[in-house]
Amino acid sequence: MSGAVLDPTTSPAFPMAAKAAMGDTQLRKNVRHATEVIQAKRARVVGEMPDWQQLREAGKQIRQHTMENLDFYLEEFEQNCTRAGGVVHWARDAAEARQIVAELVKASGSDEVIKIKSMTTEEIHLNDALEAAGIRAYETDLAELIIQLGQDQPSHIVVPALHKNRQQIREIFQREMNLPELGEKPEDLADAARQFLREKFLRVKTGVSGANFLIAETGGVCIVESEGNGRMCLTLPETLITIAGIDKVLPRYQDLEVVLQLLPRSATGERMNPYNSIWTGVREGDGPQVFHVVLMDNARTEILADEEGRQTLNCIRCGACQNACPVYRQTGGHAYGSVYAGPIGAILTPQLQEMHHAQSLPYASSLCGACYEVCPVKINIPEVLIHLRNKVVKQNGLNTESLAMKTMGMIFRSEARFRAAQRLGRMAEAPLVRKDGQGEGWIGWLPGMLGGWTQVRDLQAMPKETFREWWESRGKNGN
Amino acid sequence: MATEMVTNSAARAEVLRRIRAAKGGASDEVGVRAAWAGVERGYRRAASLERRAVIELLEDRLRDYDAHVVWVGRGDVAVAVGEMLAKRGKRRIVVPVGIAAEWLPAGFEFVMDVGLSAGELDGFDGVMTGSTVAIAETGTVVLQNVAGQGKRAATLVPDYHLCVVRVEDVVETVPEAMDRLASTAELPTTFFSGPSATADIEMTRIKGVHGPRFLDVVLTGEL
Repeated sequence: MSGAVLDPTTSPAFPMAAKAAMGDTQLRKNVRHATEVIQAKRARVVGEMPDWQQLREAGKQIRQHTMENLDFYLEEFEQNCTRAGGVVHWARDAAEARQIVAELVKASGSDEVIKIKSMTTEEIHLNDALEAAGIRAYETDLAELIIQLGQDQPSHIVVPALHKNRQQIREIFQREMNLPELGEKPEDLADAARQFLREKFLRVKTGVSGANFLIAETGGVCIVESEGNGRMCLTLPETLITIAGIDKVLPRYQDLEVVLQLLPRSATGERMNPYNSIWTGVREGDGPQVFHVVLMDNARTEILADEEGRQTLNCIRCGACQNACPVYRQTGGHAYGSVYAGPIGAILTPQLQEMHHAQSLPYASSLCGACYEVCPVKINIPEVLIHLRNKVVKQNGLNTESLAMKTMGMIFRSEARFRAAQRLGRMAEAPLVRKDGQGEGWIGWLPGMLGGWTQVRDLQAMPKETFREWWESRGKNGN
Repeated sequence: MATEMVTNSAARAEVLRRIRAAKGGASDEVGVRAAWAGVERGYRRAASLERRAVIELLEDRLRDYDAHVVWVGRGDVAVAVGEMLAKRGKRRIVVPVGIAAEWLPAGFEFVMDVGLSAGELDGFDGVMTGSTVAIAETGTVVLQNVAGQGKRAATLVPDYHLCVVRVEDVVETVPEAMDRLASTAELPTTFFSGPSATADIEMTRIKGVHGPRFLDVVLTGEL
């Protein structure tokens, strides 16, 4: 799976990709281990909060309120960020965002950048665009470094390399950092990353980041992280370029008191992540003296326009739904063909593609609701999944499946047609039925589209006599 | 440059137009402010523990992160600092402008950060600062760019951080901390909760990646 860019416009449909992933036992073992550990940690630290449900409700209301007034808050953010010395740019789509960032990097006089982990830059495949523009991007988050050096793709929003175990990571580092003696203890691997990156932190003059929150009231930006690589990128370069989806805005500074409680506990199962940075524009003598923010739409306004799908934008990218999802836990993230995997990816990706691609993703769910239960801002993911399935069906118009469904509807509306169909069914199935030891009939193979059902289970043959038939003949015979 | 500005303003207008079309019109300030005030905040916004219990909770949480923590009287900071530095074998320490002189013990080299570069900061054994506020429930200490706390790079590049926290700056919950920070919200602000860490390799928490790998905290003051 590694190597190929996770591009929803070209990725195979989920069932095909999932089948390949399911055959990779090492991948499944790694994903199972990681998701189990995070889930247990999350449950422990969420359990110690007596007001968790009230926090979730507040989080939901704040995010909903933000989306309802997104134009106001973005303008407010722009005004305050500009006043504090930042420069705000707007990008209608991914191409425009990539172009703006590449031009800003060049204008900074650098042909290399240090980067903080950012799903938004993954979404627009920024590194490839920078490379094409002759700019070298160094990922500095440990997991992103593993991905970059291994020419791999992220498989989780928060822990993008969770599909790799320590031996696999050691091999990548041994090869790419030229450290043949490197051990496989996590401490050794982290230390190798520290050595490898420190020189870059101290040398590279331009940093690129995403954002967790843009604070409209102050014009500030907030980034949460663990390793300190984020702080390095935010603090040491002369120029900082932050790229954020327009959905990342938060109304007021005080609202951080809600999201800074919800996010770390949901994402990594910590009471607080090791580092939060909040900065506003530029400050003389402290950090970059040139600061740009790129506000990117890239189909978010399409999602906003859909009243039922809109709650997707409330996501604060904690990844809890991925860890809780029985589908994700089996397939891992790459099968989703998008940097946004798991339940949130299943609703976000097709909408970011304006439903032109990734149409199989709304079906990549059993609708069990585990994602909704753990979502810190109460996004009703199953509800959105069903809504999107409706959209896919409507959009696809007439095809074999929808014709079959229409025919079924017609049959069920009439008793005569229903009875005729039952008789027909008994005749049609006859060649496919095998008898077991007890004389029960089973169908182990069905043709065409119906074959999906019998691929993993047998279907019981139709009874010789239906209940209605039995009831009617019983009445006649009087017993 | 001129074309860039034009393009950008076109993009800005278009994104805002799309948003307003999506939600059926523009928002007005009075309506927005009223709606924000209407957000239900049923979560805990105040402390529930006794003051001593709050301080002890902070100590517990910080030790959970493997920080060394001592609690000393107001006049005893320098002695505690000296002991901690000696135990860690640290001698050359960078300090921000405005740090309390009475916190600095004799026998160590304290260098004031007056525009030191990242490379220069990298050459120190450690950094020592004060703090703005600390959150007991999460084991978090908050630094801002003010006298005695300094610029962000100084508490990042050196491998060891000794932080002095006054007990009157310790709160129990996150909302209490945000209340205290609100008036200085625009200062560069760093929350740290333990030394730098990662769980990117098999979800094993490893202390110390790029930020300081070692953290000590001196709590000071009387209740």
